[in-house]
Amino acid sequence: MSVPAISLTDLHKQFGLAKIIQGVNLDIARGERHAIIGPNGAGKSTLFNLITGRFFPTSGEVRLHGDTISGLQPYEINRRGLSRSFQITNIFPNMTVFENIRCGLLWTMGYRYSFWHMIGRQRDVTERADEILEQINLSSRRDLLAGTLAYAEQRALEIGITIAGGADIILLDEPCAGMSHSETDLIVDLIRKVTEDKTLLIVEHDMGVVFDLADRISVLVYGEIIESDIPDRVRASAKVKEAYLGTTLEEEAV
Amino acid sequence: MTIASKTPLTAGSTRLISLSSVMPWAFAALFLMCLPLVFQSNSALTIMNQMAITIVFALSYNMLLGQGGMLSFGHAVYMGLGGFFAMHVMNWVEDGLWLPLPLLPIVGGLFGLLFAFLIGSFSTRRAGTTFAMISLGVGELIAACSIIIVVFFGGEEGVSGDRTMGPPVFGYEFLSQLEVYYLTAAWLLLAALLMFLFSRTPIGRIANAVRDNEERAEFLGYSQRKVRWISFCFSGFFAGVAGSLFAINFEILTEENLNLATSGTILLVTFIGGAGFFVGPIIGAVVFTLLQTVLGLHTELWALYLGILFVSCVMFFPGGFAGLIAMHRRPLALGKMHLLVRPYLKVAIPAATSVLSLAALLEILHHKRHSYGDDHAMSLYGIAFDAGGMGSVLVTLAIAALSLFLVSRILPEIKAAWDEANHAGGAA
Repeated sequence: MSVPAISLTDLHKQFGLAKIIQGVNLDIARGERHAIIGPNGAGKSTLFNLITGRFFPTSGEVRLHGDTISGLQPYEINRRGLSRSFQITNIFPNMTVFENIRCGLLWTMGYRYSFWHMIGRQRDVTERADEILEQINLSSRRDLLAGTLAYAEQRALEIGITIAGGADIILLDEPCAGMSHSETDLIVDLIRKVTEDKTLLIVEHDMGVVFDLADRISVLVYGEIIESDIPDRVRASAKVKEAYLGTTLEEEAV
Repeated sequence: MTIASKTPLTAGSTRLISLSSVMPWAFAALFLMCLPLVFQSNSALTIMNQMAITIVFALSYNMLLGQGGMLSFGHAVYMGLGGFFAMHVMNWVEDGLWLPLPLLPIVGGLFGLLFAFLIGSFSTRRAGTTFAMISLGVGELIAACSIIIVVFFGGEEGVSGDRTMGPPVFGYEFLSQLEVYYLTAAWLLLAALLMFLFSRTPIGRIANAVRDNEERAEFLGYSQRKVRWISFCFSGFFAGVAGSLFAINFEILTEENLNLATSGTILLVTFIGGAGFFVGPIIGAVVFTLLQTVLGLHTELWALYLGILFVSCVMFFPGGFAGLIAMHRRPLALGKMHLLVRPYLKVAIPAATSVLSLAALLEILHHKRHSYGDDHAMSLYGIAFDAGGMGSVLVTLAIAALSLFLVSRILPEIKAAWDEANHAGGAA
């Protein structure tokens, strides 16, 4: 087996006395779509924050393509090809939709901290940003301030910013939270489209989305992964049913 | 990866500098060139030079506040240090160093940049309160140093020099105020242009991104600290340029140029003008300099009026003057400006009367408190009267009350017209 895209080894995170993550071991292969599910307070978001450098682990290790990234800053982790979205919409509300996407492009397209380029004249950036707008169906909103968009559009923009830089590992934190059924369908299609040939790690409460999208599912309960397998076996697992899913799985995911 | 342009016809046009982007600058240059033809007196030239210096300083401050989201209480430090260093260089030139005067702002700017680099290395780690507190501390520190380190700051007398001792530039020795005006105006234009262009670079845009949402920017590959630090260095450079221009104009720098009061003033100037807009600090600097110099000639209370202006700005129009103007873009785009003309004209006289009568009230009370003995003779707006009894106070109060009443009666009409003018589509 080749080197996994993300590899977590005996990961622990403690806030004061509260042990949130208690020894997580998980390998996610390149190109896999992996979902993490679990009840509220299981530590899903904390796990995300540990992988993306927002929090430092108390102990244990996070590896990206085999290299350890524990202790690196978020921007350093991002430069290694990992990009994330947020559970609470996290965009640049006072910039236009186009500029939001462009901000996501600048680093990886090599402009970095440049003060010797006029940004408006970099045709490669403008064209790439417009392509991404096309992909996320926001071309018609191009020059509006991002803060004025409808909620579902902001969520799409959030995904657009996340994938803009061309990272090969994408982490999405509850991309469908607070959406209607039809909006959810659109977002799921979008996610499938933009994460093709990429490694995807997703946290989501909507079981329909999870079982539809994921190649493999890990179930996190009280900071531990109790099951990690393909959707069918997770659905059938007695351990999972007992610990968490119970009847809701039957109702929602059939 | 490169993508072939889909529109070959327009592809070439992005390379050229478009006319619409050059026009404002060409117009500004022409305007600055013609100004001395209208205002010829030396005192007018001094006021304009002071304005130019304040504009450069305020624009550099807005690189922090408006564009980088850094609230600094100590920006005068970089202007002052740049100015002091320029002053020393000017004295070295007198002793034989070769440096034409027009290049002096570069030297002062680099000195400002050096200190911005050093201080920014630790102050830009975080924005918000942390940055504000460090800027306050550093400001106080440098101001205290200016009394202690006499070699550099010249103690309480400051450092002075003579700008005319350098090599002549095309025969000009900068003896006359007019020559200094053109030098200052040229630097104003250059500095403003460079700062404008900075806001259009990748780092300039990312500075906005970090201002709006520093965490998101970090997850896009940018170190928020480094982004702020770079903005901070550039801001320090242009503050140093402003300081050098001050040195050239006034040939003296003192502690006053870098103390907290000056830092506070530039914050106020930038905010009144409108920190959210590139032109905001320019408007703020012009208004401030006029209040300080022109109004300052007529009344001791000018600083009070400035304070009232600032407070009402914070409370009622936080976008500053530039924000007030920008509010009218939508009615203009909808072609409905004409709806606003009538109510605006209608309110103009009562509003002006309110402001003038309230100011008169303050002036009369001030006069009563501070006049010597029985000298109650007073003159306001060309009207001479006796401010001795309560009569003048009562009359002014009555005028103020009446005009304010009229304003309050017209306000609903303005509001209705405003809503209508901002309403897309046909008549509501």
